[in-house]
Amino acid sequence: MNKIIHTLPGELRETGLAKRIIPCLDVKDGRTVKGVNFVALRDAGDPVELAYQYSQQGADELVFLDITATHERRKTLVELVRSVATQVNIPFTIGGGINEITDADILLNSGADKISVNSAVVRNPGFIDELALAFGKQFVVVAIDTKYVDGKNYVHLNGGRIKTDIETEAWIKEAEERGAGEILLTSMDQDGTKAGFDNALLKKVNTTMGIPLIASGGAGNKQHFVDVFKYANVDAALAASVFHYGEILIPDLKTLLRQNNIEVRI
Amino acid sequence: MIGIVYYGAGNIFSLTAALDRLGFEYGMIRTAGDFDKYDRYIIPGVGHAGSAMKKLEETGLIPSILKLDKPVLGICVGMQLLTEFSEEGDSTLTGIVPLKTRLFNQDLQIKVPHTGWNRVSALTPSALLDGILPEAHFYFVHSYFIEFNSNFTIALAEYGIKFSAVIQKDNFYGVQFHPEKSGLAGEQLLKNFSQLT
Repeated sequence: MNKIIHTLPGELRETGLAKRIIPCLDVKDGRTVKGVNFVALRDAGDPVELAYQYSQQGADELVFLDITATHERRKTLVELVRSVATQVNIPFTIGGGINEITDADILLNSGADKISVNSAVVRNPGFIDELALAFGKQFVVVAIDTKYVDGKNYVHLNGGRIKTDIETEAWIKEAEERGAGEILLTSMDQDGTKAGFDNALLKKVNTTMGIPLIASGGAGNKQHFVDVFKYANVDAALAASVFHYGEILIPDLKTLLRQNNIEVRI
Repeated sequence: MIGIVYYGAGNIFSLTAALDRLGFEYGMIRTAGDFDKYDRYIIPGVGHAGSAMKKLEETGLIPSILKLDKPVLGICVGMQLLTEFSEEGDSTLTGIVPLKTRLFNQDLQIKVPHTGWNRVSALTPSALLDGILPEAHFYFVHSYFIEFNSNFTIALAEYGIKFSAVIQKDNFYGVQFHPEKSGLAGEQLLKNFSQLT
């Protein structure tokens, strides 16, 4: 059964819920970087300044991923969260190296709206249940890096470097059942290619989900966002470099989405 | 000056950050004696409505809240606490506004929690909504909603069904969305609240 009411975005009026545009800021040592396929890093600026700029431009939400968290201490992360929460008037998610309830607790109390977990919950799925129980499912974003291997989608860890034997669709279902409030699905096949989102996969998984789906990986131009909302009907689309380097300006993107009858917040 | 009812239901960092950005003074209400220090009040709240109600009861502040005659704004679960009942934990709430808080039914073919920016349509002119564009989007994150009622719903949103985005009964106001996270529209609403008489 198709569980989604607005299969044709903009045509049905039962909901005024807007499709969300989410710039993602990868953070290392308190600075924003973007990895091309998560390997080559380029410094793209101060995360708090960038976050403020995005909120002014009309971004609907922000995601910060501390990509070094599993290898290094992240004392600076709490400071970053506090600065963003102080200066920015839109919601944001923080992820990277959250392994324990206390990690999540300190970030939420520093002003983060949601936390994103990835490897930690693949290794210990019960952590999703614990987080949902402690903070409510709306605080828990389960991020999944997926890649095609021999015709199937598998969950990958550590920025796509480590393949698991877990099939992506089964993991999405389990995460939802355990208490995920949203799924952030990054296609490692598309990420960094600027060739568009993995619309076929996103559409397939979205029709079985009862929680919001955020598409990630592959955005290269404005039309890619139109396509992913029209075709896969995802709830939000996330991108990094196209926004950081000014290749896509959010007001222009939203104008195009609106012209395509996609509900957006202007 | 705004008094924030402090009862331990969720973090209020974002709310105080928004009030700081707007330059509004505020303080925390921890005992009944604190109410007199302020001329308007915010009841915040996130998480489970039943446990929030329990925490509020434990503070002993409810009798004073019921008697307030200055503007009160409940936000999200703080708004739901103003109603008489929530399906979340089948909880009895303050009953200040005679409405019920219900769970979004996934049979409506909607994703729950309702997460994101939804259009809010004003039904009744209200000083709380002054200067806010009709159909402006506000940021929502919730699984339970307050039923629509033409006597108390002053603005509605639609998510599978029509529900109360903003309610009012006398000096008691409630917003289901998070004005502190709703960009300029949210800031305008907080500004309006700070000027209500």
